Amino acid sequence: MDVFGSFALVLAFVCAVYAFGGGIAAIFTRHPLLIKSTRQAGMATCCLIFLATFSLEYLFFSDNFSNAYVAAHSNRDLSTFYKIAALWSGQEGSLLFWSCLLAVYVLSVLITYRNKNGELMPYVGVVMAGVQIFFLTLNNFVASPFKAFASPGADGVMNYVARADGSGLNPLLQYPEMVIHPPNLYSGYTGFTIPFAFALGALLARYPGEKWIHLTRKWTMIAWMFQSMGILLGAHWAYAVLGWGGYWGWDPVENASFLPWLTGTAFLHSVMMQEKRGMMKVWNVWLVFCTFLLCILGTFLTRSGIVSSVHAFAQSSIGSWFVGFLVVIIAVCFGAYLKNRDYLKSENQLDSIVSRESSFLFNNLILLVSCVAILSGTLFPVFSEWITGNRISVGAPFFNKVNIPIGLLLLFLTGVGPLLAWRKTSTESLKRNFGWPLGIGLLAGVIALVFGFREIYSWVCLILCVFVASTVGLEFYRGAKVIRARSGATFMASAVDLTMRNTRRYGGYIVHVGMVFVFIGLAGAAFNRDTQKDMQVGQTMQIGPYTLLLQGFDTKPEKNYTAQRMNVEVLRDKKTIMMLFPEKRRFSTNEQNGTMVAIYSTLKEDLYVVYAGDSPETQLPVLHAYLNPLVKWIWLGGAVVVFGTLVAMLPNRRAVLVLAGAQQPAAQPLTHGLTPSVTLREGHD
Amino acid sequence: MKKQAKFGVGIGVIVAAMGFLAWLGYGESKTYYHTIAELPTLTGAAKSQRMRVGGTVASGSIHRLSGRIDFVLEGEGKTLPVSYVGSDPLPDTFVDKSQALVEGHPSPDGRFVAEVVQAKCASKYEAAPGGSGGAAASSPQRSSM
Repeated sequence: MDVFGSFALVLAFVCAVYAFGGGIAAIFTRHPLLIKSTRQAGMATCCLIFLATFSLEYLFFSDNFSNAYVAAHSNRDLSTFYKIAALWSGQEGSLLFWSCLLAVYVLSVLITYRNKNGELMPYVGVVMAGVQIFFLTLNNFVASPFKAFASPGADGVMNYVARADGSGLNPLLQYPEMVIHPPNLYSGYTGFTIPFAFALGALLARYPGEKWIHLTRKWTMIAWMFQSMGILLGAHWAYAVLGWGGYWGWDPVENASFLPWLTGTAFLHSVMMQEKRGMMKVWNVWLVFCTFLLCILGTFLTRSGIVSSVHAFAQSSIGSWFVGFLVVIIAVCFGAYLKNRDYLKSENQLDSIVSRESSFLFNNLILLVSCVAILSGTLFPVFSEWITGNRISVGAPFFNKVNIPIGLLLLFLTGVGPLLAWRKTSTESLKRNFGWPLGIGLLAGVIALVFGFREIYSWVCLILCVFVASTVGLEFYRGAKVIRARSGATFMASAVDLTMRNTRRYGGYIVHVGMVFVFIGLAGAAFNRDTQKDMQVGQTMQIGPYTLLLQGFDTKPEKNYTAQRMNVEVLRDKKTIMMLFPEKRRFSTNEQNGTMVAIYSTLKEDLYVVYAGDSPETQLPVLHAYLNPLVKWIWLGGAVVVFGTLVAMLPNRRAVLVLAGAQQPAAQPLTHGLTPSVTLREGHD
Repeated sequence: MKKQAKFGVGIGVIVAAMGFLAWLGYGESKTYYHTIAELPTLTGAAKSQRMRVGGTVASGSIHRLSGRIDFVLEGEGKTLPVSYVGSDPLPDTFVDKSQALVEGHPSPDGRFVAEVVQAKCASKYEAAPGGSGGAAASSPQRSSM
């Protein structure tokens, strides 16, 4: 199977090179047969990558410990679930997995547009093949996952040497989210290749109009959705596994995943300027370029170990390959831009500072400032060493100082932006749209003050959250009221109808509500408390309204590890609420330890309990308890964001001016999300 | 032109404010990174700065004492005695021969006082070069981690 897998990878490389070289030739010659054959070579590349991935997964499932990668990342007792995840638990496998997910996107694109956009697709195919060639080079020649143990036998022939058992999977990764977090994040990283390929392709081809933006909108949203999920799942994994009571530590690898999300978010907003007003063309192209560059940079940071991180990846020479690739991309992007920049002329100018355009402009500016701040903070050790010779790193205070105000500004724009009119907003419409929400928000602020709320940032965040939620609520309310007046349906049904008529707009609002939830959760962090105590059986400790009583210990042998658990009874007002079982895990295969946090989670707060080990002083076990308010809202917000994104990707239900209760015709597939749907109020789409 | 000026001012204010905040945050959290070999060569103010030092935890050097945990970091052939005085439990990955990054400052007696310790497993689970040999391999070859 190793031979099969590595052979498939070599063939994939050959096909990708053909798709690239043949594609360039096809662009110049326009020979239909050449165009077709390069497209098919692209498809073959993808299928061969799938085969290679399956064969590596097969090696895991057949416990083939003659393969070095399998021996290093799996063992016989590892459960099926984690044998799947073991594929991406190390350098070589995760790079193959990158190629594999990219192949899913590339294949989908090639199939979807096989008979469409004939002018543009050869260019797109060449760009995609170029990216694939880079990763296949790594897979084949730099970090092959198909290396086998072999030693020469008596006759001098090399024979496979199988280990009796593998070294097992890193215990930190033996957690359900580790099975779904990397695929999500990687789907995000790889997914941004598609808008990149279209943007670069359209620029090179001088493809007319905004069509490339319409074509890539859904692909961008898919990538963005996966990236969002990946980031939040990673945060949740950190929260539930690392046992330090937090979910975000501004670790370089976390930052790396956040950067393309920021530029991707900026792009999703600023494309609307181009669609509606023909503005920001240069900006949009560069946003896509930067997003893709940041995806590669993120992969590079994760893989190279250039910036030290808690993410345990070995330092390796692979970094120079990535640097080379980044340089090539930047050069190609610059070249294409300089050659064809006249194609990106703006058709309009900004009219007023109080307009939809300017809100997008500031939204983009803020996202970019945040991106630059995080990027420079992350790479600070590298640059400071180059410049001053001293390796200086910056920590959480740096990132928080900049990003908390940015987050709040962004939240403010989330509420304001969608309700401003294009070009110029009248004072009258400002009053109508923002009067109530602003009043409700300020009222919430006053109430919070009365109840002793004294954290300034959290207080502002609360006001803004209420404000944004009210603006969105008001939008749904007004729209649904109009529909209800015409159709007589219930309010809920009218709201759903409203959403389905303009999924892009109302799906977007749902995403905004999700972000409000996330912000509520983040604001809670200002009120986190924690305490720790050396505990004897029968002793109690107090945190907030909860009393924790240590009842005893037990040991739970599992297949792959042995868990020692604290049995902690949780009481509130002298009544037992529940039992919590924080664990210490001992993994027999590699003699590593793991922690399993126990969390009692409600919308109000999380009671987060860690078995922190034995006290150096008293030799007694230490119980560390955290009380983290509102954390659950973050995960809830993530779910809402995903839901909203999915809604926004649905095709609009054809808007029908309600004429005698005519039935809706079947939904028509539309080329893009911008449709002449019923505009319930002028200037708001 | 007036419109552009308005936007310019808005953008300028935001960028300047963020730059100022970034500068504040930088001052508050900057940490120098030094290797173990560099530490004795530091003089003056450089010696009292908050810094990070990376190395490998020496086998058998971890001693849990009252109120602190002592261990020795090795790197580039040099050693550095460290006392961890933080309140957080050490990570599970912190064991003999793991790679550790300690954050704190050197004390006059030559020990390094660390408030934060990060650890990751050294070279993970790669078996020692040479392999286990023998396909029978009844004893599972395990690296020392």
